Amino acid sequence: MIRVALPQHLRTLAHAGEEVRLQVEGLVTLGSALDAVEIAFPMLRGTIRDQVTRRRRPFVRFFACGQDLSHEPPDTPLPGAVVTGDEPLLVVGAMAGG
Amino acid sequence: MSSVRVLVGTRKGAFVLTSDGKRNRWDVSGPHFAGWEIYHLQGSPADPNRLYASQSSGWFGQVIQRSDDGGKTWEAVGNKFVYDGVPGTHQWYDGTQHPWEFKRVWHLEPSPTDPDTIYAGVEDAALFRSGDGGQTWQELPGLRDAKGHLWQPGAGGMCLHTIVLDPRDPERLFIAISAAGVFRTDDAGKTWRPVNCGLKSRYELPDPSAEVGHCVHRIAMHPSRPNTLFMQKHWDVMRSDDAAESWQEVSGNLPSDFGFPVGVHAHEPDTIYVVPIKSDSEHYPPEAKLRVYRSRTGGHEWEALTRGLPQNDCYVNVLRDAMAVDALDACGVYFGTTGGQVYASADAGDSWAPIVRDLPAVLSVEVQTLS
Repeated sequence: MIRVALPQHLRTLAHAGEEVRLQVEGLVTLGSALDAVEIAFPMLRGTIRDQVTRRRRPFVRFFACGQDLSHEPPDTPLPGAVVTGDEPLLVVGAMAGG
Repeated sequence: MSSVRVLVGTRKGAFVLTSDGKRNRWDVSGPHFAGWEIYHLQGSPADPNRLYASQSSGWFGQVIQRSDDGGKTWEAVGNKFVYDGVPGTHQWYDGTQHPWEFKRVWHLEPSPTDPDTIYAGVEDAALFRSGDGGQTWQELPGLRDAKGHLWQPGAGGMCLHTIVLDPRDPERLFIAISAAGVFRTDDAGKTWRPVNCGLKSRYELPDPSAEVGHCVHRIAMHPSRPNTLFMQKHWDVMRSDDAAESWQEVSGNLPSDFGFPVGVHAHEPDTIYVVPIKSDSEHYPPEAKLRVYRSRTGGHEWEALTRGLPQNDCYVNVLRDAMAVDALDACGVYFGTTGGQVYASADAGDSWAPIVRDLPAVLSVEVQTLS
């Protein structure tokens, strides 16, 4: 099981806690992890990635194990500690500035 | 006994205000969808417990929420708004052509007869329809064939913000788009044409009488007279008596004819309301006095309604979707401000009192009259 931490607004929308635990079959990549999130929580479709292009929304970021994966392609394998569930994949609402 | 439910969309959530028919004591519930922009929420005339809300965020995009119990609980429904076919391009600020890009839903207009049928007006301007309670959405692409390549966004975005359904003819719809104008279909949305004859935009367009490009802020209709429409344009309050084939100015003695909302009394089709704003560069009331203006003659002659409204140091705005009426006798009138106040009048505008004073900036106000 992988762990995915969602930002507050998406936790509310998904009626979920701070972290969700998901089973991902096969190679655990950024894209397959996000697919698993959207399958488990269909109301989140379109809120993290564009519905059509599947590209990350501009003000959403993906962090894991101290790395910024936001600009990585969807087939990027996630770090081993995320795959084993020792560390979460963080879905983050980007800083708004101000 | 009748009661009233006021649905308020704000920059940071939705609020539901309820009262009995006396309309002098109010319960306030919310925020629903706290922290999200709620551009609009609206109830179904066919089933008042069916509500729809447009929830959006610069971070997380568009969500559509539906309630089947009058707003007590909500369920996220479909949020996939995909333009039909290859969406093509429209004018961009620099004169080039720019691809159509979905940004948000500005306005939701449920069918008067079917709770599962609802229209959505979106930015970049297009009209979508759902026949399954908001689970799926299909564009009515014929609208963008009505000179869509010439439309260009104004400062507020290229938004389709007004949808008016003709109660006597289900095939006829009117829509309005900022910086594009009014468009009409007579075949349930298959084909559309601009209906802006008579509009004059001297300071906004090189050709003041252009077929498209007028910055229409809002249109309103009384259901008993579907051929008569009232319009608050960027500048000018206008009226049509031939289903938008032609428009005449009825600004009359208004202190400013710039503004955003226009509303029609529930029982008097010639009694209309606007909220004058000083100018397009100073979005607050003239003389810092918040005044609703009422015409009982369908325009031209206007009276200021001030009792209970701040008459000094007032610098709020009232946005296009933020005024509505109830169907009680006497007609109630409601509006919300960018300062977070929602004002109500239970006597057709003669006197006003705030229901709430300190909400986030109000984007929309709708009213349901319940029996």
